[in-house]
Amino acid sequence: MYHFDFSILGGSTIPVLAEGMLVTLRITGTALVAGVVIGALLAMMRGSRVRAVAWLAAAYVNLFRSVPLVMVLLWFFLVVPQFLQSALGLSPATDVRMASALVAYSLFEAAYFAEIIRAGIASVSQGQMDAARALGMTRMAAMRLVVLPQALRNMAPMVLTQAIVLFQDTALVYVSALADFFGRAYGIGERSGRLVEMLLFAGAVYFAICFSLSLAARWLRPSAPGARETGSAAARS
Amino acid sequence: MYHWNWGIFLSPTGTGQTYVGWLFSGLGLTVALGLIAWIVALVLGTAVGIARTVPNRAVAAAAGAYVEILRNVPLMVQLFTFYFVVPELLPGDLGTAMKHMNPVAQQFIAAALCLGLYTSARIAEQVRSGIDSLAGHSRSAALALGFTLPQAYRHVLVPLAFRIIMPPLSSEFMTVFKNSAVASMIGLLELAAQGRQLVDYTSQPYEAFIAVTVLYLALNLSALRVMRFVEAKTRVPGFATAK
Repeated sequence: MYHFDFSILGGSTIPVLAEGMLVTLRITGTALVAGVVIGALLAMMRGSRVRAVAWLAAAYVNLFRSVPLVMVLLWFFLVVPQFLQSALGLSPATDVRMASALVAYSLFEAAYFAEIIRAGIASVSQGQMDAARALGMTRMAAMRLVVLPQALRNMAPMVLTQAIVLFQDTALVYVSALADFFGRAYGIGERSGRLVEMLLFAGAVYFAICFSLSLAARWLRPSAPGARETGSAAARS
Repeated sequence: MYHWNWGIFLSPTGTGQTYVGWLFSGLGLTVALGLIAWIVALVLGTAVGIARTVPNRAVAAAAGAYVEILRNVPLMVQLFTFYFVVPELLPGDLGTAMKHMNPVAQQFIAAALCLGLYTSARIAEQVRSGIDSLAGHSRSAALALGFTLPQAYRHVLVPLAFRIIMPPLSSEFMTVFKNSAVASMIGLLELAAQGRQLVDYTSQPYEAFIAVTVLYLALNLSALRVMRFVEAKTRVPGFATAK
């Protein structure tokens, strides 16, 4: 029988883990904000009447959604830094891992947020846009004042759900040996010979955070008054 | 200036193979891993999804807990748990047997089971939403016709639910191959890991990664084709599905 010993979790390890959690949260936060902004741009580009612009955005979204995140991270950790170092003349000692991670997660998540935002805009009925235009608003004004406020309310639960996925996916920065929460938990476990305890502890922490957030997402789910119901099966996929 | 050399794939690796051989052995492992995980996920996911909708409260709650745990812990953490923790906690002989297995088999089994369980929780949610969307009418109608509850599930609810959830199920099938890249983290030489190895051995990172990325795109497209075919074959005319 295995003998559990959780005494490894103490004054010397908890601060190290907390610092790792800050790295995890920094990646999550940056990728969430940048991903939503780039995603919104992509969603608008896809609706553009200029064919080439719409095609470019669709190609971007489909490319990133077809490739594993691990592969995208490998590109950004093994290939892009070399390219940047030779292009910008940086010394090979410059640590670009954090910057690479932030850029990789932001660009990857943008493809997923673009689809969520597109679905959110599509969930507002065309009549809203037509009515706003009939009242004399320009397309931009109608989008900003009428369509987007409703779309944002409709997509809020899905954005939160995707944020939870993103938070879980940050554990993959392990490929770059960047010391996030998981990387540190694994490192401490390996060095102290208490890997079993540390992995179970890490899993429990992720569960506590993600489960609480998913309860919040569920609470947000009943759609706001006046908003059209969006397909729940599609929302979960 | 970067020196492109696409011929690198045909040059020998020093172990009697070519680099393109490495890539395809990685692709083979990725496909095998995805398919085995998919079978595990489909069987378990259907069972758990059904369990979440049965009248028995205890069964439904247990199935709910299964789904929540698997959906709220990162896949990577689950994989490391399967690989490093489970063999320690298994009772005596089984644990020792697992630890003495060929390392590649150990990695493959841990990855396939873990990915299968992880995906099963996601499929269970889809099956549950499919059955829920039948809103109890089909169940009542089947029971009124004299079906027992198991018969109602087998002949009416599950077949209908699967047709409703076909589109999200298709995208899940494509996701399982993408998620299988996580197995590279425990050292299994599947496609992503082979790409990484190629970078180390050839110092031609662009060619290696472009090739691996293209193979993932091709795999994704093939999975899409397979599911389109299945969707067309199982469609019931005039029956709506979830988008």
